Amino acid sequence: MRFIQEYRDGELVRRIAGRANELLERLGRRVKIMEVCGTHTMAVARHGLKSLFKENLDLISGPGCPVCVTPNSGFAMVFQAAEAGKTVATFGDMMRVPLNSRSLLTLKGEGLDIRVVYSPYDAIKMAVEEPGRELVMAGIGFETTSPLFASIILRCREKGVRNLSLISLFKLMPPVLNALLEAEDLKIDGLILPGHVSTIIGVKPYVELVEKHRVPAVVTGFEPVDIVESIRMVLKQLAENRSMVENEYARTVRHEGNVKAIRLMQEVFKPVDSEWRGLGVIPGSGLALREEFRFFDAVEKHGLKPVEAANPQGCLCGEVVRGSRKPVECRLYRKVCRPDNPVGPCMVSSEGTCAAYYYAGL
Amino acid sequence: MCLGIPGRVEEVKGEEAVVSFGGTRRSVRLDLVENVSVGDYVIVHAGFAIQVLDQEAALEMLEALREVFKE
Amino acid sequence: MHELIGTIIGRLNSPSRGVDKAVFQTRTGRIAFTTDSFVMKPPVVNGCDIGMLSVNGTVNDLVTMGAKPEYLSLSLIIEESLDNDFLMNIVESVGKAAKNAGVKIVTGDVKVVEKGGCDKIFINTSGVGRVYRGVNVSTTRAKPGDAVILTGSIGDHGAAVLAARGEFQLEADVQSDCAPLTSIIEALVRRKVPLHTLIDPTRGGLATSLNEVAESSRVSVEIREEDIPVRDEVQGFCEVLGIEPLYLGCEGRLVIFVPQAYAEKAVRVLRRLKVSEDACVIGRVVGRSRMGEVWLRTRAGGLRSLPMLHGIPLPRIC
Repeated sequence: MRFIQEYRDGELVRRIAGRANELLERLGRRVKIMEVCGTHTMAVARHGLKSLFKENLDLISGPGCPVCVTPNSGFAMVFQAAEAGKTVATFGDMMRVPLNSRSLLTLKGEGLDIRVVYSPYDAIKMAVEEPGRELVMAGIGFETTSPLFASIILRCREKGVRNLSLISLFKLMPPVLNALLEAEDLKIDGLILPGHVSTIIGVKPYVELVEKHRVPAVVTGFEPVDIVESIRMVLKQLAENRSMVENEYARTVRHEGNVKAIRLMQEVFKPVDSEWRGLGVIPGSGLALREEFRFFDAVEKHGLKPVEAANPQGCLCGEVVRGSRKPVECRLYRKVCRPDNPVGPCMVSSEGTCAAYYYAGL
Repeated sequence: MCLGIPGRVEEVKGEEAVVSFGGTRRSVRLDLVENVSVGDYVIVHAGFAIQVLDQEAALEMLEALREVFKE
Repeated sequence: MHELIGTIIGRLNSPSRGVDKAVFQTRTGRIAFTTDSFVMKPPVVNGCDIGMLSVNGTVNDLVTMGAKPEYLSLSLIIEESLDNDFLMNIVESVGKAAKNAGVKIVTGDVKVVEKGGCDKIFINTSGVGRVYRGVNVSTTRAKPGDAVILTGSIGDHGAAVLAARGEFQLEADVQSDCAPLTSIIEALVRRKVPLHTLIDPTRGGLATSLNEVAESSRVSVEIREEDIPVRDEVQGFCEVLGIEPLYLGCEGRLVIFVPQAYAEKAVRVLRRLKVSEDACVIGRVVGRSRMGEVWLRTRAGGLRSLPMLHGIPLPRIC
């Protein structure tokens, strides 16, 4: 497959990792680099990339899994919609997230109408084809995903589709990055920035962040060559005492991002304060539908309530998404909590840190 | 959080395109991009093209890496 | 599921420690006996249907026990309203597959249940065959130093099933690899290649099967990603859905553990057969391990563990 296979070239990866290791040797100390995208966590695990680097590199995962950072109160509303007899359309990841020992998959097994969609566009097609049904979309994701839903909402308005609404649980990256860099205990030395979020928002939003916190940050693609090269670039900056935003993923990420997608996102959504699992409420870090699109707000339309639910005892998901603990530090990891018996979202989501670590044998 | 993979545009039909991912084909929405032509590669996320891949930049980068990191 | 099966076997006080496979000693040799039920959904995919699968599945189970498959029983459970043409096509498929596999269907049963009582059609086949003299294969017999040989590309059947389910509106030229593998064991036995373990990577794919062997034999297995054949169509299909071919089922492939010294010969013998023309060594048993481990050397040069599959591989999107 073009633009994928070439970036899995083992020989090239080896050479770049070699240079990165020279820099790690030169730096001598422990270096902590955080990636904040579930797809990066998965790619590192899937290709066994950690094993390529020297011991003193601490590559940690941050809050990059949208399902993992959504608080239970958000999931509760999706469950409520299903239990109220609405047809729920969601991405596959959400299906096995446990809430009070049940999941959407369990509910589906009990006869509730819950459908996995590959694209939000499939949801609008369903709404048009089944005018008798009330469809509710679970809107979970970051800036890569929210413009898609913005486009769908506008289309609904344009075509007069009235039986589709959205629970907006979308979150934004720059505010959470700021929170992580401000956290005194985390001491992050460098950032691997999410390549597809950046495809939408561009490189600009990170410049201010990096200037403020003086930490090297590299916008990164998702193949092995991309990731090891970005790590090398961060290490090089550290070795040369620089801190700037660099773009490794230039084949896809433009400096200004995707202007059309940004415009659509801003037309339909407005930034609001939002609660993140493990991180509390971060100002301006979530998206809500703007006033003129209230009609499509499932929360209002169906009277959904963000009911809090206790986290299962012993589950460290909150700390894992924050990057302050690793899965192996959780008492339940592997012993009780496994992909076939997930206790928290970090193990069940395909982008979850615990699932990624499990599949990588870490 | 953003599974997006590059695919080749095989056909453009108004707001949609048929995109091939190493042989697997799907209809992809073009609402978020402009000026897409057959032969372009697009990054597809959840059934939508989110950007047109800059093939020249891709080639340049790979060549540069191979050159710089020659043993 | 494994726990449930364990509980059931416990209750039955069965002489056989095996699950769906048993070998009996008789005066004239050993007899292999196996059973399997098929609930394929959808029942027809590109390159395979439930009829063909029910024959080849049991034939291949017998092959992995070191036997030459000879006789099958065929039990059908059919939904009342099932379309007659559809049913006859499946039956014809069963007949063709049996002929192709060189087995005779000698006994059977048909039951009709009310509409909704089963999902269109369920099939159970049981099979018997004689274990080849001198052949002693088991998932417990893999040894440190053994070569791990794979007879062809992985993930074809699993991908064909996912594609046929049409849940994600993907058009893919993926085709099931469903085929009988009798010719493989015949050839290896004839050419006197010593065999330690034979396993067919069906549900859960190659990764799951390797784990079963690693656990049973208490060994550590290491395989190389770049040596594992994957068809381009299957690779593309999996990339789009964010799943790995390593965990998708195969229905026409074998994984064979042989002493290292016989690896080259085994591959040569296999490549002469159409059904294993892409056979290759994909790894080795690298040592002992109490819990059983499987490791993958990735194309990128990294090393990662390959655990057992848990749950359904739901495609990841976001």
